[in-house]
This record gives sequence, structure tokens and C-alpha cells, in this order.
Amino acid sequence: MADIALSRVEDHEAVRASRRRGWTRAVIYGLLTVFALIYVIPLLVVVFNAFRAQPEIARNGLIAFPQSFQPDAWVAAWDNYCIGGTCQGMKRYFYNSLLMTIPATIISTLLGAMNGYILSKWRFKGSDVLFTCMLLGVFMPGQIALMPWAFILGKVGLSNSVYGLVLIHVVQGISFTTLFCRNYYVSIPDDLIKAARIDGAGFWRIFFKIILPLSPPILIVTVIWQFTGIWNEYLFGVVFTSGTQQPITAALVALTASGTTASAYDVMSAAVLIGAIPPLLVYFLGGKYFVRGLTQGAIK
Amino acid sequence: MSSLTVRNLRKNFGMVEVLKGVDLEAKTGEFIALVGPSGCGKSTLLAMIAGLESVSSGEIWIEDRLVNSVAPKDRDIAMVFQSYALYPTMTVRQNMLFGMESRGVPKAEQVEAIKRVAALLQIEPLLERKPGQLSGGQRQRVAMGRALVRDPKLFLFDEPLSNLDAKLRVDMRTEIKKLHHRVGKTTIYVTHDQVEAMTLASRIAVMHQGEVQQFADPDTIYNRPANMFVAGFMGSPAMNFIPARFTETGGPALALSGAPSAAPLGVAPAHAASVAPGRQVVLGVRPEHLCRYALQTEERKANLARLTVPVEVVEPTGAETMAVMRLGEQEIVGRFNPDEAPRMGEEIELGVDMTRACLFDPETRRLI
Repeated sequence: MADIALSRVEDHEAVRASRRRGWTRAVIYGLLTVFALIYVIPLLVVVFNAFRAQPEIARNGLIAFPQSFQPDAWVAAWDNYCIGGTCQGMKRYFYNSLLMTIPATIISTLLGAMNGYILSKWRFKGSDVLFTCMLLGVFMPGQIALMPWAFILGKVGLSNSVYGLVLIHVVQGISFTTLFCRNYYVSIPDDLIKAARIDGAGFWRIFFKIILPLSPPILIVTVIWQFTGIWNEYLFGVVFTSGTQQPITAALVALTASGTTASAYDVMSAAVLIGAIPPLLVYFLGGKYFVRGLTQGAIK
Repeated sequence: MSSLTVRNLRKNFGMVEVLKGVDLEAKTGEFIALVGPSGCGKSTLLAMIAGLESVSSGEIWIEDRLVNSVAPKDRDIAMVFQSYALYPTMTVRQNMLFGMESRGVPKAEQVEAIKRVAALLQIEPLLERKPGQLSGGQRQRVAMGRALVRDPKLFLFDEPLSNLDAKLRVDMRTEIKKLHHRVGKTTIYVTHDQVEAMTLASRIAVMHQGEVQQFADPDTIYNRPANMFVAGFMGSPAMNFIPARFTETGGPALALSGAPSAAPLGVAPAHAASVAPGRQVVLGVRPEHLCRYALQTEERKANLARLTVPVEVVEPTGAETMAVMRLGEQEIVGRFNPDEAPRMGEEIELGVDMTRACLFDPETRRLI
């Protein structure tokens, strides 16, 4: 009897508690939905407009559900829309961005891994000071480097060239990649390096056979960070390149400026999406590892 | 022939002197234990022998070669780390192959070596596993296997058992002893566990504050410790140190400074040479050299000095029973057969085995 009475009281409590929980949940989910919408609606608007016809946009306004579905704007944006006098669409700038982002990402990541390896496992007198100096690059706003870069690009003959941008992004990115890799490598036990040294492995063999096989989590983080950062970068692109050498972010601005008569919202929307696809892809493919990699040190 | 000779070795980290002139020598096939409390410099010494730490001054010879500035890989050594340091991305087989591949050992020899060592350590079924899939004891075996495939001149062990649980540690200790017996390689073994050192080593170097306090075989270390540090560090429970003074009158005897009421203890003939009336000494008595006086044979009683003390705490461990007794201002610990163990609160008539006791100089703390 006592048992039953007791359990009944508990049931009562439990019901009340779960009701309370239900309310809290509703509030939390409500708020989360609102915030999610704030982020998603602009994307939706752009996606819709990329598939709407220009007359329809002009008639119904920028924010409306599509009444027809047509991919014409994509073709125009990619292939033959006129930007600043040349009518080749975004494709040339898209390639420019790839040509800039891929080498810059790979080179800066490898250099970061190398630096991190040295700064964590082959310390030398002053290596900590050096690391602190490199860290300054993380906090340095890019615009501070504009003048020096203009000077250097002029000197080495890389003005108005995609390769000049590669150089800039490699150098500007090394602070970040070094920071990431160094902090990750610090958590690899030094005994591994000592064991390998006794086993007869040298600097490079240890790097390629022991450190790099342990690195995928941090390399994925670094690649995502660098790829999206460099692809989305705008300031250097617009300052140091012009015309056909521009990356896609700079060209998008030229697109709005090249206004003939009415703004072609459909083409612009498609162009913006074309410019956003690569970083979005990288996030979709590697985002899981990104979150995991960033928190790895903390959990272990 | 010596496999390893260390002469007047010093190491400074900035202003801190970690090793203060260490001399050490290992004959071929010997098992040398470096033992001492943490911070005594034993691991630094091992790292210097391995070439992982630079030498501030002094000499390290491996066989007939001065290796002060020789790279670790060229010293012909193998090392087992406390953390095992197995390469996590490689299988057990790859872990063992790594060193041979780095050195360009011919493929056929590599295969042969893996087969030999895997059989020796009974790790054949583990060869294709990664270190993460192994238990602590298995990792320990693989770490030793990685050292064994190389057939080096010198084996270095850096506290290899301290990450294992107590039971496994004892098992692996026996394994290491068997292994050394079978392989016969010169071994330098760092540990902070004096039992490990006593059970494994052919000679023990007891280190403290960057100096070798005593370098001798286990029997000498235990029974004739060079100073009070060695005497106190080796053995558990620790040796009892009782301040005393040679009495001026009567035969050679020691008056206990902390317990003036106790009768002076007769000095054994072995210590007669050091008797000087009035001289202060520290009497060192191991717990097992205390016994119940009444239960001893007449023959044994001849060597025993008598002491009556109250028992304060009794700690049975099963095989033996420890008793903490009060002697004037201090406590002394005795180790008894459970059948003869005193009870708490009892006044016990102790026999002190004076032939086995040690006398130390209170100033220099050295054995007299």
C-alpha cells in the first residue's frame, strides 16, 4: 500500500515537472526557430530570385514566392552576362577564384603544418618569441598590410595578377595555419618523437610518417578555414586586381556597378549563389570534422 | 668489458644543476637499476645516455666509443618509455618495423626479426592491431618488442611499469627479469620503486639530488647502505633511525638519546672498532630486525639487545604484521610474524638484532 501511495505522489510530481519542461522547450524551440529564420530567409530570397524571371521580380517585388521556375538567369550569370564591358559572365572570375584559393589553401596549410611541427617538437632558443610574433598576424587587420603589399607586388612583378593574390593569401594565412597546427601538435606526446629519433628517423621522416598521419583532424579544420577565408576575401582582390584578373568576390561588385538600365536581380542572385557554392560545399563536406577538430584538444 | 661508462657527468638547466658529477659503469650483460625519488635526476641521466639530452660536462662511453655528441640513432641503443610511445597510426608490426626501415635493414632480416621477437614475447596474434586496441600489458609487451627487434648494445627502460595496475606490474616485472635472463643484454632501468630495483637489478645506483648515493649490488645496498638516505629509501617500512650515544662506562653500549630511561643496548663485536665513549651516532634498525625477545633461541639471544616499549598501532597485512611502538620521543616500526605479533597497548620486550644494525654518523649521515 505504502508503495502505491508513494508512486502516485511521484507520478504527480513527474507530470508537473514534465509539463514545466514542455513549456521551457516550447520557448527554446520558438526562439531557435526565429533565429534560424533570420539566417535562412535571405538565402531563400536569393535562391527564389535566381529562379524567377526578371519581369516577375519587377512585378511582384524582390520578396515573393516564385510563380514560374526557369534556370535562364543561371546560364546568363555563368556564361554571357556583361560585366564591365566583357560579356563572359561569372565563369572567368569563378576560375580566377579557384586558381587563387586552391594553391593558396594548400601551400599555407602545408607551411602551417611545417611551422607547427617545428615550433612544438623542435623548439630552439627564441622559438616561443617567434611564435608570439607570428601570432600577431592573427590579430592584424588586413588593411594595415595594403601599402606594403602594393610595394612588394610591384617589386616582384605580380601586380594585377591572380598569382600575386596567391602570394598574399599564403603569407597572410600562415599565422592562422601555424597557430592551429602548433596547438594541435603540442598535444602529441614528445615521447613519440624521442622514440622515433632513437629508432633512427630524422626530421622529415618523423614529420611524414608520424606527425602527418596524426594530423587529418587539424588539417581539415585548417583547409576549411583557409578555403572559405580566401574565397570570401574581398579587400585584397578589389585593391590589387582589376578587369579579367579579379576574383569572384570583386567581380560581384562590378556586376552591380555595371548597371545598364534596370538591375537584373535574377542574374545577380544566380551570380551570388555561384560565388557562394564552393565555400558552402566545403562546409557541407567537412563541417562535421570542422566542429570536431576545433574542440578536439578540449575534450581530450 | 663495459657496455656503458659514465664519468663525472653533469647537467645544468640554466642555473639549476640537475646532475652533479655522476659516475656509473655497466658490464656487458648487467642489469643496472637507477632508483631514487622524483626529481633526483635519474630520468635525465637516462635521457643523456640515450642522447635525448645534451651533456653539460663529463663523458658517456658506450663500449669503447665516446658518444657525448653522437645522435641517438647512432648510439646503438633501444629505449622503452613510460608512456610506451607506440606510434598510434601504425599497427604493432609497423611499429616494430619502423626502426629497421629507418635504418635500411634488408627486408628478409626484418621479417626474421619480427618473427623472432613476436614469438619471444608471445605477441603474434597482436601484430595487425593498432596500439589503441591493446590493453596496458599488451602495449608494454609491444614497446619491449620494438626495442628487442633492433638487437642493440644497450637497453634503456624509463619507468616502464609505472602505468600498469599493481598486479600486472608484478607479473611484468617477472617477465622482464626472465627476458633479461634469456636475452642477456646490458640494461639500464630507471624506476622510483625500490622493490623493482631490488628484484631486477644486478647492481643498483641509488640517486638523490643529482648524485649517486651508492652504487652496489642489492644485498650491499640493503644491508650495508652507504648513508642514511639510501638506508631510508630502500626497504618498506623504512629503517628506524634512533639517535644514540656510546656510554662512557661499562662495556661497549649505546644509550638512546630519545629514551633516557631505556637500558643501554650492547654493541655487537662488528661495531666495536667504531666505539668511542661519548660519541653521538644514529642507530639504524630495519623493522625485521626487531623481534619478541622471549620467543628467541638462546643462541640468538646472544646477539640481541633488549628494549621494553609500548605498542601503539598494529597493522596486519596477512603475511606479516607491522607494529608501531613508542620509544621515548619517537616511533619505531617492527615487522613480526603474525603468530608472534604484539597486540595494541601491550608492553613488549623487544629484541634488537645488533649484528644486523647499522651505525651512522649524525653529522655526515654516512655509515660508520
